[in-house]
Amino acid sequence: MNDKLDYLSSRVTKGLMTRREFAGRAAALGFTAAAANAMLADKARAEGPVRGGTIKSGLSGGESTNTMDPALTASEVPLTNIRHWGETLLELTPDGQLDYRLAESAEASADAKTWAFKIRKGVEFSNGQTMTPDDVLKTMQRHSDENSQSGALGIMRGIESMKVDGDNFIVEMSTASADLPYLMTDYHLMIQPGGGIDNPGAGIGTGPYTIEFDEPGVRHGYKRRENYWDAENRGFAEFSEVYVLNDATARTAALQSGQVHMINRVEPKIADLLGRAPNITVESAAGPGHYVFIMHIDTAPFDNNDLRLALKYAINREEMVDKILRGYGTIGNDFPINSSYPLFDESIPQREFDLEKAAEHYKASGHDGSPIILRTADGAFPGAVDAAALFQQTAQAAGIPLEIKREPNDGYWTEVWNAQPFCASYWGGRPVQDQMYTTAYLSTADWNDTRWKRPEFDEMLLAARGEIDEAKRKEIYSKMAMMLRDEGGLILPMFNDYISGVSDSIGGWVEDSNGEFMSNKANIKCWVKA
Amino acid sequence: MHPILKLVAQRLALGFLLLAAASVLIFVGTSILPGDVAQSILGQSATPEALANLRRELGLDQSAVSRYLSWVGGILHGDLGTALTNGRDIGESLGVRLGNTLFLAFWAALISVPLAIFLGLLAVRYKDRWPDRLISAVTLTTISIPEFMIGYLLIYWVAIRLGWFSSVSIINDSMSLGQKLNAIAIPVMVLTLVVLAHMMRMTRAAILNVMQSAYIETAELKGLPMLKIIRRHAFPNAIAPIVNVVMLNLAYLVVGVVVVEVVFAYPGMGQYLVDHVAKRDVPVVQACGLIFAAVYIALNLVADIVSILTNPRLRHPK
Repeated sequence: MNDKLDYLSSRVTKGLMTRREFAGRAAALGFTAAAANAMLADKARAEGPVRGGTIKSGLSGGESTNTMDPALTASEVPLTNIRHWGETLLELTPDGQLDYRLAESAEASADAKTWAFKIRKGVEFSNGQTMTPDDVLKTMQRHSDENSQSGALGIMRGIESMKVDGDNFIVEMSTASADLPYLMTDYHLMIQPGGGIDNPGAGIGTGPYTIEFDEPGVRHGYKRRENYWDAENRGFAEFSEVYVLNDATARTAALQSGQVHMINRVEPKIADLLGRAPNITVESAAGPGHYVFIMHIDTAPFDNNDLRLALKYAINREEMVDKILRGYGTIGNDFPINSSYPLFDESIPQREFDLEKAAEHYKASGHDGSPIILRTADGAFPGAVDAAALFQQTAQAAGIPLEIKREPNDGYWTEVWNAQPFCASYWGGRPVQDQMYTTAYLSTADWNDTRWKRPEFDEMLLAARGEIDEAKRKEIYSKMAMMLRDEGGLILPMFNDYISGVSDSIGGWVEDSNGEFMSNKANIKCWVKA
Repeated sequence: MHPILKLVAQRLALGFLLLAAASVLIFVGTSILPGDVAQSILGQSATPEALANLRRELGLDQSAVSRYLSWVGGILHGDLGTALTNGRDIGESLGVRLGNTLFLAFWAALISVPLAIFLGLLAVRYKDRWPDRLISAVTLTTISIPEFMIGYLLIYWVAIRLGWFSSVSIINDSMSLGQKLNAIAIPVMVLTLVVLAHMMRMTRAAILNVMQSAYIETAELKGLPMLKIIRRHAFPNAIAPIVNVVMLNLAYLVVGVVVVEVVFAYPGMGQYLVDHVAKRDVPVVQACGLIFAAVYIALNLVADIVSILTNPRLRHPK
């Protein structure tokens, strides 16, 4: 009996049978679906990666304006691009642990102010040069230069000085920072020869591929390179191609007709349908990204905590996850952290939908009954307009006069977000709590989009940053979360999942909670089954 | 000077004047777009320092007039400048994109123009009988469905169910002509369906209009067969209005295919323009706008000149 299943599963891993057929046969042999899946996963691992072939992705999030310069990388396709040819000092494993890449180790001084990163030896750039700690230093200098346009400038600001000491790259922080290795996983910080100062968009790095063709907004092609240092684990396909398919239907059609092997951003409303198509599996991963409504707490009427609480109680989170995300997500609790973060406190009580409490707080706020204007656009997050409409309905049931103003997608991030007092928005999340809070909730944060300015909150954040004892840190983070949840300007109804469509001819797909599309590493970590 | 030459020269001069006016409009239009390029390039993750640095680098601190003059000056020297967002040469990228757009438009026109004129003639020949009604019904249906919908329906049937052609139409230089034609087969079908009705009905109306004339009645009374009357006597006199509508549709095939390009991920001008509008990459938007304006003006000029040339009163002045 087991021999039979063994035979069948090997057919699946060789691509001679679909997973669906396998599940059917296994059920016929008397196995449960779970047992059959576990069997299949073991088999796939045992078969190991397949080398060669061409792996193709169709991705949303690319424009003809894109460049290969990691400093300017902001959307999905450029992110996938730079992962092909470049690497950071550290990365995160799919379950959020530190993964030492170009740094072999990271050690902190007792006060967590000085960090030493031991740089891996014998790693070659694709131009044949050997990577040195000096290249690391120059790269970091480029991103921390005040004249830089780098998206990593914000996280480099706490750095007091940097230097090279033998094999080590030494960073001195102005205040203690227990999380610095996590910050070094930031995708902007791809190590480039000479820091990439002369030609940042050249695409020279330590990654498994070199650029074969580069047509921004259309397609990008890569060839595997021979002297990649970690060929055991990455860069299985001989060629890797990325097609820019921003239209959701075009993307789905390309996957269904076999023109690409994998696509990102499957719309929740079609995910179940797509999963039923032959030879296609829909993969979803819970992550730190969240869909939110943002209030400026220093602007009337949102400067009144009763009004903020009224709105928070008047939102039906379960309905939003069901209707907007079709179940591909989890409910939020009005602070930007969920279980995908280390040191998340599960015991913080969930805020429930409660029209009575909403009405009470609304009354206590003494609001004059004039319309409260919520600005939204589908560019804020997919389904933002519908989510705002749902919010309006439940708010009205509590007697809150919410009015929706629909804004154009074009220019939303300049004209509305961080400019208007109440609007829909999206946050992609960060690897650690410290970074998330520092980015948007510290009084001095550049993107403090709720105008949350509390000295006691800042103090707690700095204390947690320098605290090496994890239990104590968790306690501080928990207090901060409660404070934001009960007084902050953030209404966070849901955390969204990352949903991708993957052909059954692809091996090596793993659920990765750090970012979309296996943290943009699907092309370099998966393989095409022969 | 011969009156025809004079008229043609006048039209050409007018065309250039229009183009100059268009360049001013394009420049003003792009200057009053909300938001600025620095913010859009850096996106949600922009820090104030990075913004200021980028703005300075892009010359956004200079006056509008001096920016316009240096822009027009550059164009007159054949230099379209570099894209602000990725520093690529605009002329180079635009050349590839324009080539792709013209390639798609060429094949769509090659199929749709003769087909539309043939169907129009057929409709006149069988006026008010079933072939006429069928042609009208089918073409009016396809023109009434939004083009993205036709695109999706064709993708579903022709690409996914039948597997004949690819659903993604990305083409590049390393492909053979056959591969390119396979890639663009479905968008060509969509475009043909979209422009067919307009040209067909105009042909039909123009010829029917001529058919009311006295000389057609004479031809009929002489006992000439219907098809011959249409071909020899009616069609040549209906050329001017037909050429007009054909040119209008050709212009659409070049400048109006953004939706089709998006649905099929086709690397043409429309997609290129939309991406750069979203990022406020003004030089690129201006260059695209100018090329689109030039295409429109040139095709209309051709239509005008053809009407002049086919006008017997001008050809044989008294």
